[in-house]
Amino acid sequence: MKGVRKTFPGMIALDDVNFTLRAGEIHALMGENGAGKSTLIKIITGVHRRDAGAILLDGQPIEAHSPAHAQMLGISTVYQEINLIPQLSVAENLHLGRQPMKLARIDWKTIRRRARESLARLELDIDVTRPLASFSIAIQQLVAIARSLDVEARILILDEPTSSLDENEVKQLFTVMRRLKSTGLGIIFITHFIDQVYEVADRITVLRNGRLVGEYETAQLPRLELIGKMIGRTAADTPRPERARPHGVTERNIFLQANGLGRKGSIAPLDITAHSGEVLGLAGLLGSGRTEIACLLFGLDRPDSGGIAVRGRKVRINSPRKAIAEGFGMLPEDRQSQGLVPDLSLRENITLALQARRGWLKPLSRKRQAEIADRFISALNIDTTNAEKPIRFLSGGNQQKAILARWLATEPALLILDEPTRGIDVGAKAEVEKLIASLRDRGMSIIFISSELEEVVRDSQRVIVLRDRAKVAELTAEDITEKRIMLAIAGSETT
Amino acid sequence: MKRRQGQRRSLSMPRIVWPLIALALLLLFNLFFTDGFFHIEVRDGRLYGSLIDIIDRAAPVILVSMGMTLVIATAGIDLSVGAVMAIAGALAAGLIARPEYSVLSNFDIGGSFAVALLIALLISALAGAGNGTLVTVFGVQPIVATLILMVAGRGIAQLLTSGQIVTFRHESFAYLGNGFFLGLPVTITIVVAMLLMIGLLVRRTALGLFIEAVGDNPTASRHAGVRPHFIRLFVYSLCGLLAGLAGLIAAADIQAADANNAGLYIELDAILAVVIGGTALTGGRFSLLGSVIGALLIQSITTTILSRGVPVQYTLVVKAAVVIAVCLLQSERFRLLIMHQLRRDGS
Repeated sequence: MKGVRKTFPGMIALDDVNFTLRAGEIHALMGENGAGKSTLIKIITGVHRRDAGAILLDGQPIEAHSPAHAQMLGISTVYQEINLIPQLSVAENLHLGRQPMKLARIDWKTIRRRARESLARLELDIDVTRPLASFSIAIQQLVAIARSLDVEARILILDEPTSSLDENEVKQLFTVMRRLKSTGLGIIFITHFIDQVYEVADRITVLRNGRLVGEYETAQLPRLELIGKMIGRTAADTPRPERARPHGVTERNIFLQANGLGRKGSIAPLDITAHSGEVLGLAGLLGSGRTEIACLLFGLDRPDSGGIAVRGRKVRINSPRKAIAEGFGMLPEDRQSQGLVPDLSLRENITLALQARRGWLKPLSRKRQAEIADRFISALNIDTTNAEKPIRFLSGGNQQKAILARWLATEPALLILDEPTRGIDVGAKAEVEKLIASLRDRGMSIIFISSELEEVVRDSQRVIVLRDRAKVAELTAEDITEKRIMLAIAGSETT
Repeated sequence: MKRRQGQRRSLSMPRIVWPLIALALLLLFNLFFTDGFFHIEVRDGRLYGSLIDIIDRAAPVILVSMGMTLVIATAGIDLSVGAVMAIAGALAAGLIARPEYSVLSNFDIGGSFAVALLIALLISALAGAGNGTLVTVFGVQPIVATLILMVAGRGIAQLLTSGQIVTFRHESFAYLGNGFFLGLPVTITIVVAMLLMIGLLVRRTALGLFIEAVGDNPTASRHAGVRPHFIRLFVYSLCGLLAGLAGLIAAADIQAADANNAGLYIELDAILAVVIGGTALTGGRFSLLGSVIGALLIQSITTTILSRGVPVQYTLVVKAAVVIAVCLLQSERFRLLIMHQLRRDGS
């Protein structure tokens, strides 16, 4: 790609960017949110039209008019959000739009056999007749990859393929990626996990603010330098949230106490104590019950055992509305489906929860809404031209900050953060972690869920470790180390 | 840093612009080609003319499309509005005329129009609330939930009137359809008053925001503390109420309740008006004013055709053509395609 440029209303998404992918290589595309990675991909795959520049495949200029056309040209993509149909079976999803026909009927036998074969290439052995939705996100992701490999592909684009995979699944994916690479396929790999880049990528292209920073051989680019290039700072002043200080906690400032809180099939009864001015981390593998706890506390699911007390007063929380009335806020795990109201403006998205708590009869004036929105746009450093922009036009990290702002606007006493740093870039991650610390210091109680162990260790004063939908350990102060948590998850330590 | 904002902005004008342009073009056409279209005559201190006639005729559709706008904004739809109109008309007419063959003859409300009106509107709102309950509590798809009442409701109206056309002689009731207020048909006053009331209700409180949020992403709205059930129940009830009012006007207009024909196919015109007005069927952002303009556009087409002496059979075809044109203009993709083509031809 040469000199590619793309503008959107009010911003330049890509400016004069060159990008080269060789056959038989894994090429990592790196950059912060809003750097232009997604835009670049969407231009290659024909979702967007470029305003300037050229794209050459094997020296021939190409122009994809649509994702389907791009696929015909040999460019396959697996997006961050899985673009499959959850109600259909795995086999059907794999063959959607290209069903083998026999005597004018769909040949189900072949479909199932081929589906098993293509999944076998990913070393995945599952019942292909079950609906896709009955499998975990990780498996759905692998199915999406299998589907994109089913067609004759020259280029495979993986947009954040690993963000919901556990370690073994990531390894499995990397094996597949290496195998595909050896067959001459060029793979563009987009991820926020720096470790993974160094594990699997041959070369790295870094974008920042829609411009090309550079193209590097992975082996010749130290990590610190890469991070520096991504966030536009030198390694020396890379912000590093310091290890959270142990915090003096007494009985007095208990904010929330849950006793024997549980729900069949969701989470085994457990006790939770959340203090004001403390970050309570929930650690555990994907599916260990972290999100389930958040859902119980926030009234999204109803517990069938135990109860919750807020500041010593028994409360019944059976809807998010009740939870908000008690001073809770929750940043959901799935920003797209649970957080964003995409067509509404940034201003409306930020003030929504506050307005909901006030009720429909007490509207915030337009002026007041704008004040609140502007305050958080500058406080959280949200990158936007103005507050009236529909939130769907913002990049992932900025959307996440906006949803965070939605809760901060309600001045919650307890803030539940479910994977607040997921799918956002290094710089935004650091900002979120810093924010967590400052909220804690202002006396907020925070429940922090993260798949990244080092974040939990760095930011929490107390950690509940979960395994197989049950609490297996609770660690405090100096006991909070990655090793202790991993041991607890592995099952060789209980408290 | 070149910014192409100016050009982009011209492409993403408020959606209300397109139906307005269509309406303006249609009126312009009539100005030149239809004699007397803009002629307004004063008789006995009352205004008469095609333009006034358009608004008067469009009143029921405008009222229904306002309710429909809010329902569609929550990503729902209400097919039962025509049936609710029939029920409201049958109730009010039956309670006032009390014909022997109707079950309503058993109820004596002393011929009070106010009571008849209140009962009819209350039942209409309840019918809407019934739709809303099916949609929210039982999770029935809106199109199915309201289809039930669309079919059953007309049946109920026919039961109320024993399948006959209930005629009545009642000055106050007839005034609702034929009366004049400040020299204009009273229907215009009703439409303007309802538009103002509902406009204030949704835009001066947070209801509008909640409706748009629920239509755009119900899960996220619930997470943020909005009650999607409450919002949906409210819009379906309001839609029923407005349909009831439209039914009363329709009955007053002909001084009779015709359960078979009152409000027949009005749901289609109302949905069209909403779509023309720029509210997407997928829910979210809505424009009440847009729907009103949409309804006026539809009625203008009909009136234009009638006043030009074109055979009535052409009405539906012409309507369809105009609707397609407006919808295409609203489609950003279509506009980009046209712009692209123009630019290519230009260079």
